[in-house]
Amino acid sequence: MTQNLTQNERKIRKNAILRKTIGQCVIWLVLIAMYIPIMVLIAYSFTRAANIGTWTGFTFLLYADLFNDAEIMVALGNTVLIALISSALSTVLGTCGAIGAFYSKRRSREVLESVNQIPVVNAEIVIALSLTVMFVFFQSYILGGSNVFSFWTLLIGHMVLQVPFVYLSVKPKLQQMDPALYEAALDLGCNQTQALWKATIPEIMPGVASGFLLSITLSLDDFIVTAFTRGAGLLSGDKSIETLSTLVQAKIKKGPIPPEMRALTTLIFLTVLAVAILVTIYRNRTVKKTRKGRKGA
Amino acid sequence: MPSTESKRRSGSGWAQFRRIVSFKRKHLCIPYILFLALFVIIPIIIILVYAFTRTTETGQLEFSFDALKEFFSSTTKLNVLLVSLFIGLVNTLLCLLIGYPIAYLLADKRVNKNYVMVMLFIMPMWINFVLRTGATRDVLYMMGIKGGQHPYLATLIGLLYNYLPFTILPLYTTMIKLDKSQIEAAKDLGCNPAQTFVHSILPQTVPGIVSAAEMVFMPTMSSYVISDTLSEGKLTLFGNSIASSFNNSLWNDGSFMALVMLVLIFLTMFITNRFHKDETQERGRLW
Amino acid sequence: MDEKTTIISLSHVCKVFEDGVTVVDDFNLDVKEGEFITILGPSGCGKTTTLRMIAGFELPSSGQILLNGEDISLLPPYKRPVNTVFQHYALFPHLDVYDNVAFGLKLKRIPVEVTDRKGNKKIKMKRLSAKVIDEKVLRALQVVDLDEMEDRDVSTLSGGQQQRVAIARAIVNEPKVLLLDEPLSALDHKMRKDMQVELKEMHQKLGITFFYVTHDQEEALTMSDRIVVMKRGVIQQVGTPENIYNEPINAFVADFIGESNIYNGTMTAPNRVRFIGSVWKCPVEEGFTTNDIVDIVIRPEDVELRAKGEGIADGVIASKIFKGVHYEYIVKVGKNEVLCRDTRNHEVGKEVAIAVDPENIQLMHKELTVNEYGDAIIDNANRVIIGEDPFECDVTQLLKGSTLDEEGYLVDPNSKKRYDLKNAAVVAEVGLDKIALSDDLGSGQTQGTIISAVWIGDHWQYIVRTDDDEDFVVNSPYTWNENDLVSVSIAKEDIVLRLKKGIEDYAVD
Repeated sequence: MTQNLTQNERKIRKNAILRKTIGQCVIWLVLIAMYIPIMVLIAYSFTRAANIGTWTGFTFLLYADLFNDAEIMVALGNTVLIALISSALSTVLGTCGAIGAFYSKRRSREVLESVNQIPVVNAEIVIALSLTVMFVFFQSYILGGSNVFSFWTLLIGHMVLQVPFVYLSVKPKLQQMDPALYEAALDLGCNQTQALWKATIPEIMPGVASGFLLSITLSLDDFIVTAFTRGAGLLSGDKSIETLSTLVQAKIKKGPIPPEMRALTTLIFLTVLAVAILVTIYRNRTVKKTRKGRKGA
Repeated sequence: MPSTESKRRSGSGWAQFRRIVSFKRKHLCIPYILFLALFVIIPIIIILVYAFTRTTETGQLEFSFDALKEFFSSTTKLNVLLVSLFIGLVNTLLCLLIGYPIAYLLADKRVNKNYVMVMLFIMPMWINFVLRTGATRDVLYMMGIKGGQHPYLATLIGLLYNYLPFTILPLYTTMIKLDKSQIEAAKDLGCNPAQTFVHSILPQTVPGIVSAAEMVFMPTMSSYVISDTLSEGKLTLFGNSIASSFNNSLWNDGSFMALVMLVLIFLTMFITNRFHKDETQERGRLW
Repeated sequence: MDEKTTIISLSHVCKVFEDGVTVVDDFNLDVKEGEFITILGPSGCGKTTTLRMIAGFELPSSGQILLNGEDISLLPPYKRPVNTVFQHYALFPHLDVYDNVAFGLKLKRIPVEVTDRKGNKKIKMKRLSAKVIDEKVLRALQVVDLDEMEDRDVSTLSGGQQQRVAIARAIVNEPKVLLLDEPLSALDHKMRKDMQVELKEMHQKLGITFFYVTHDQEEALTMSDRIVVMKRGVIQQVGTPENIYNEPINAFVADFIGESNIYNGTMTAPNRVRFIGSVWKCPVEEGFTTNDIVDIVIRPEDVELRAKGEGIADGVIASKIFKGVHYEYIVKVGKNEVLCRDTRNHEVGKEVAIAVDPENIQLMHKELTVNEYGDAIIDNANRVIIGEDPFECDVTQLLKGSTLDEEGYLVDPNSKKRYDLKNAAVVAEVGLDKIALSDDLGSGQTQGTIISAVWIGDHWQYIVRTDDDEDFVVNSPYTWNENDLVSVSIAKEDIVLRLKKGIEDYAVD
């Protein structure tokens, strides 16, 4: 009897280990395959060869080159600025929209949400071109030909991409919220605006935050809308605004990725890794608020 | 009860007055509505206008089906559309074929218990995609797969690289929510592992498959940078085609193609809509 | 302060929702200062809406709400000196216990505090100082037995503790009236019992008016000074717990408050009533005359079990349940069941007699003896439309001896005059016993949901509400539960019609 049991047990354990090993192997294989291009770039960021594939000795010089490359630095600065400004605006606009829509009549909310869905499902190229066509239309029929393309058109382009996602990340938080909270705030003496700030906003804050972060990634990653809607401005001065995406695209159209960009890839990867770790820690964090020393006040 | 009646009327008048004057939470969406109207609705209307007009010598717009005729009589354009549909389909299938088992393994508590693995799959999405595309091209080049010689292969690899995370994420979220007791019930009723998969797991994951496919198919068709970079200009997808029309100032033709794209998108949306009733777009779950 | 002053007065308050449903209908009530008043009723009876109108979350469609004689009907919630304890507490999850309780105080501006600054008197609105807030919060937490808990995160508290925080958060603002919306419904049974006692103690300690809403009759009876029983937006009875329990005004109240035996009876003399096959002595009450059809309510504990032949009616014990202190018996008297309690142990099947002290026989006017539909219409197929559903009926009853011709006109046999009844407005009456219910939803002329089920001695009395909001009161021996979906069918001959206008208005020339 006991002999049987241990035999069975051994079999079960063996199967479980086998399953886990095979599963893990498959996962890691695909993962490694996915990371090959990035890892190769990172590896070659420590050598100064013009092309990947040739190793000319270990060096950090590419990192120094990177920081001395004004073109890349300007593009990087533009990218970050655009991401921050557009995300902040989109977050405010989308959050207000979501709150407003949530308390509107069902019919109008449904209409609003289907319009909201258009940029979500629409092809980026169509968004970019429809906006461009509108700007040109505006430029030639209303402004009488003076150039409308600038930082502002670029900003609008990015916001069109971001706002629907802010809306979509705030909406579920509103749905989960206990409607009595807002009423409780009114009951305790808040007027409508105060109740919104003190009861609703803190409740939907996680959704607002994820909407903001999502906006940042959308803006950082964007190429097509940027390429079509940009004009002169920001750090590029009188020249057309160059972001990381447009700069990289311009470079790789002519040849391989420039060596300094390999160093940039490493830095971006490390940043992303750090953010990913932070997000994971935040997710796993048990809700534990610091005790406030209010005693005896 | 005339007195109550009159009271009611004056009461509701008061309430109505308050309703109009005072700030209501729903008023918060007014700027949002304006934004959507200005920058989502109007551009689409303008695209519609350009698609069905032509520009005369004097620069005026006049109603015409020229763009439509041009599109349906141009074998190159129709060819591009067909190739794009084909590439989109192949890429969607490839992504699902690789993404589905990965998502399943990631969601299987016996194989993987921590979210870090999932994060690792999503992380590439956060690295600038033009840079990633360039890296893929350079590494493929290094490995001897040159875009100029193998445009389809190189493009497909690039597309797969780019869209795989977008497939894994929605699949993973549905698989995490799989009804375990339903799977056990299937086993209890005599299903072997393969039957259990077909009768219980697969049907439960259909919404995930649909949203994954949705997130790969259309964007693949309309992709611009990936095909352009990896095939070194040898492979033109619908997205490139639209862009080049505009770059060549063929606005009416470009608008019509954009319209075709829009119609295709709404068609797929219409078809897939019944699979997910009330979900937020999966890309929204990135964070 | 004088205990007798009215603090809240609701007069002719009505609430009609946007979809046209009247949830509160002509609600009149005066609440005295310091009173613990409970609104009791089943779900959907409008009790929570009434509370929300006092709190200011809903505005009355008509009528007035006065607080200390001042009309507050249309004031926003934050301008009303009342505070609410919500059903699911509605604590702010992002704030700790202290900040939740201090929430209202931090918003408060008081004018008097600053009058004597700098010598010259000036009325200024000023916040409460941190010290004052601190004192008040700690005192409130003491009242609810949560001292030392102020730094805890609300999510770490048990249901009972969250409940206490919710109460502290409300009372710390020293409201004139504390509104409690089913505050104990989310707690488990034991906790609920404890909180009932504590709430009552708190009420005595604080001396403010408690306006309590619940569907739990036991809660209402234990805590309240006065109970308001509501049903479908209408006040049924207002009274002290004893009053409501001992002298329910109608079968609904009797059935809702505690267990009771309810029977159909007929007055045979001013002090005699006949029900369950016997004539019983009963108290003489005004308004009841011989031959009146009445409802009889007898509380189970008022039924005495005696040896066979020694009571008013004889019966057989049909079932027995041990309840701890006593046994609960069902005695079959003829076709009727009598629920009674006795501390002695009797065997099932034993023949017994039952007796009831005449004082304990509660007489009530029969609420409804017939369904009457005042706005029914005859359609072109000579059917009667009740609500939106057509019922086959016999229109020839509208004119004595008349017949229908092939074209559907009503023909007077004597004058040979023809009448077209299409769109004729009629009053349709259907007896409570004439309506058949069935689970087969296709079998009837219409279908509806059972919104109320009351056991009346030997049968159930149901109210079935159709989709178009028409109610059918039905007597039936069969058992359904509330919220069951049933079909409703009425035989052609059981619909009694009465024309609203004269028959001559429908004559065809």
